[in-house]
Amino acid sequence: MIAAILTIAALATVFGLILGYSAIRFRVEGDPIADQVDALLPQTQCGQCSFAGCRPYAEAIAAGEAEINRCPPGGEATMIALAELLGRDPVPLEDEEAAEKPKSVAYIVEDECIGCTLCIQACPVDAILGAAKQMHTVIIDECTGCELCLPPCPVECIHMHPLEATPETWKWPFPEHGTAEATNG
Amino acid sequence: MAEQHTIWSFHGGLHLDDHKEESNQRPVQDLPLPRRLILPLQQHIGQSAEPVVVVGESVKKGQIVARAPDYVSAPIHAPTSGRVLEIEAMPIAHPSGLSDTCIVIEPDGNDAWDELPEPMTEFTAQSAADLRERIRWAGIVGMGGAAFPTAVKVNTGGQTGIDTLVINAAECEPYITCDDVLMRERADDVIDGAAIFRHLIGARQCLIGIEDNKPEAASALRQAISDKGDRETEVVVVPTRYPSGGEKQLIRLLTGREVPSNGLPAGIGVLCQNVATAVAVADAVLRGRPLIDRIVTLSGQGVRQPGNFRVALGTPVDFLIAQAGGYSDQAQQLLLGGPMMGFGLHTDQVPVTKAANCVLALSAAEAPEPPSERPCIRCGECVQVCPAQLLPQQMFWHARAHDFDRIQEYHLFDCIECGCCAYVCPANIPLVHYYRYAKTEIWTQERDREKSDLARRRHEARQARLERLEQERKSRLRKKKEALDKKSGGGADDAKKAAIQAAMQRVAEKKATQQAESQTSDSD
Repeated sequence: MIAAILTIAALATVFGLILGYSAIRFRVEGDPIADQVDALLPQTQCGQCSFAGCRPYAEAIAAGEAEINRCPPGGEATMIALAELLGRDPVPLEDEEAAEKPKSVAYIVEDECIGCTLCIQACPVDAILGAAKQMHTVIIDECTGCELCLPPCPVECIHMHPLEATPETWKWPFPEHGTAEATNG
Repeated sequence: MAEQHTIWSFHGGLHLDDHKEESNQRPVQDLPLPRRLILPLQQHIGQSAEPVVVVGESVKKGQIVARAPDYVSAPIHAPTSGRVLEIEAMPIAHPSGLSDTCIVIEPDGNDAWDELPEPMTEFTAQSAADLRERIRWAGIVGMGGAAFPTAVKVNTGGQTGIDTLVINAAECEPYITCDDVLMRERADDVIDGAAIFRHLIGARQCLIGIEDNKPEAASALRQAISDKGDRETEVVVVPTRYPSGGEKQLIRLLTGREVPSNGLPAGIGVLCQNVATAVAVADAVLRGRPLIDRIVTLSGQGVRQPGNFRVALGTPVDFLIAQAGGYSDQAQQLLLGGPMMGFGLHTDQVPVTKAANCVLALSAAEAPEPPSERPCIRCGECVQVCPAQLLPQQMFWHARAHDFDRIQEYHLFDCIECGCCAYVCPANIPLVHYYRYAKTEIWTQERDREKSDLARRRHEARQARLERLEQERKSRLRKKKEALDKKSGGGADDAKKAAIQAAMQRVAEKKATQQAESQTSDSD
């Protein structure tokens, strides 16, 4: 009896030490799940999820503090990818309307711009070029379409332009000439 | 030439009605110049060309009007002399029907050549780099339809071990005969072009793969080979079976080697080039001529006089059809490319480009409305005919479910879109359409991912910058404060503090009395 207790106690101590040591030795900086979630988010940094950017939202999802359906730019595809990653059930998007908006980029009407730099300060990805009292312009390739530059503009000279398909970005539509009963069930 | 070359076989394929005799009975006709030539900047795989002319500028025939801004790109030359009318978005030959930037040239009728580079008649004395540079300058791209820049394809990066050059003369798709007539007319140039390629890559032998429905072309090539005394080049006649002209299929037929999934023919010691590309290379190297025209097959019951035409690049399709007697009453559908792999044109105002080998105006009998799609019965016909040895029904399944990860596990990107599976499908499922849908969706997702990675990096860089600036501001303030503290230290400071203390006490007393007063007045 005593021998058994002692053996178990000794084993527990040994394994405890091993675990304790590995916790220090193999410590992972940061949160790997948050990284994986962050990799799936579209990085618009728009804050429509009510968090201050994609990374904070990813951390909240990883911590189980936020639902996975709050990213309108990512839309359903992102929600499903997140559900798959985290083993959660897919949930309908919180804001379906926002998710259906076509992808857009900001466009500054240069004649109206007064050069106040407020939009430059608001842009989360530094996609606006300009200086005080100089005309500003958006670098289209860098713009994520987050719309964060719209509210600060005092003269409302920033508009969102939907991105039009070019022959390069055009996608073949899903074949529609199938009949309704072609379900292949 | 005594012994017969071994011919291997590839999996699947179909024997189709070839409809070649409609267009290959007459010699190539030279098409006159249209009123306007429309040159799209994107006629090849890779980066669009960049215009180097401005509106109103006069150009000479063969002058570069748009340069290649990147390694994987090709310049565009003026097909005739004239004036640049505009540089605008115009409809181009693309399945989307969208427009893209084009340079529009109005011919002046003189057809005056620009100064051309020296011909390299002794090409064997030239270095590979010089020859590649010449091919690159000439704007040559794969003319069998893929339009991949040839100078890039022949750059083996110093890798030796490419022992076989395959010249693709199979032309397996029904209706198309532009390579057939080209070989009959310019067999010498085909062999010269092949010799240049062989010199470039150091290949030991050259195999010209040609289907057995082109006996005249094959004998013309054999004649040219024996005239030149070329011992390393051999014409190999393969049975007519679609898609023997697919690059991987032809390599398999001629050498028995299989190009691995995600691999290139160079990996198994083979380089494959189309016959028309070989002729363009011969023109560029031996005559210093850029690629400014090509032979286009115009066929189908929808045109009055089907045939082959030597067309200046940029010639609108409607002009080509008008020159061939116009549409017949039966014209129903307009296709660019063959009936198996081509795509429908939304308008006939689009120009002929470097890779446009065929224009088809088909009648209702030739291209009947596709019957409605029915459920897959899993008969496996598609698996039998797939030349890439894929599982078309499984890929269809996942494309329908938008499951793009799973469909890639079934090697979607090995699909050459030959259309055999859809052709035999008893349920009339437009299988290739599903695969094209899945491919473009996957490309879009990849582009989106790249863009989001860029956005993440930029956002992180911005956060880091803002933090750094904040730190700097704080430390500056701290330093200022410390400096101030030091300067004003001692008795004066104490006096100041005492004065502040006294003032605060006065305020507190005043507040207390006020409060007391208001309380008494409230209770009244």
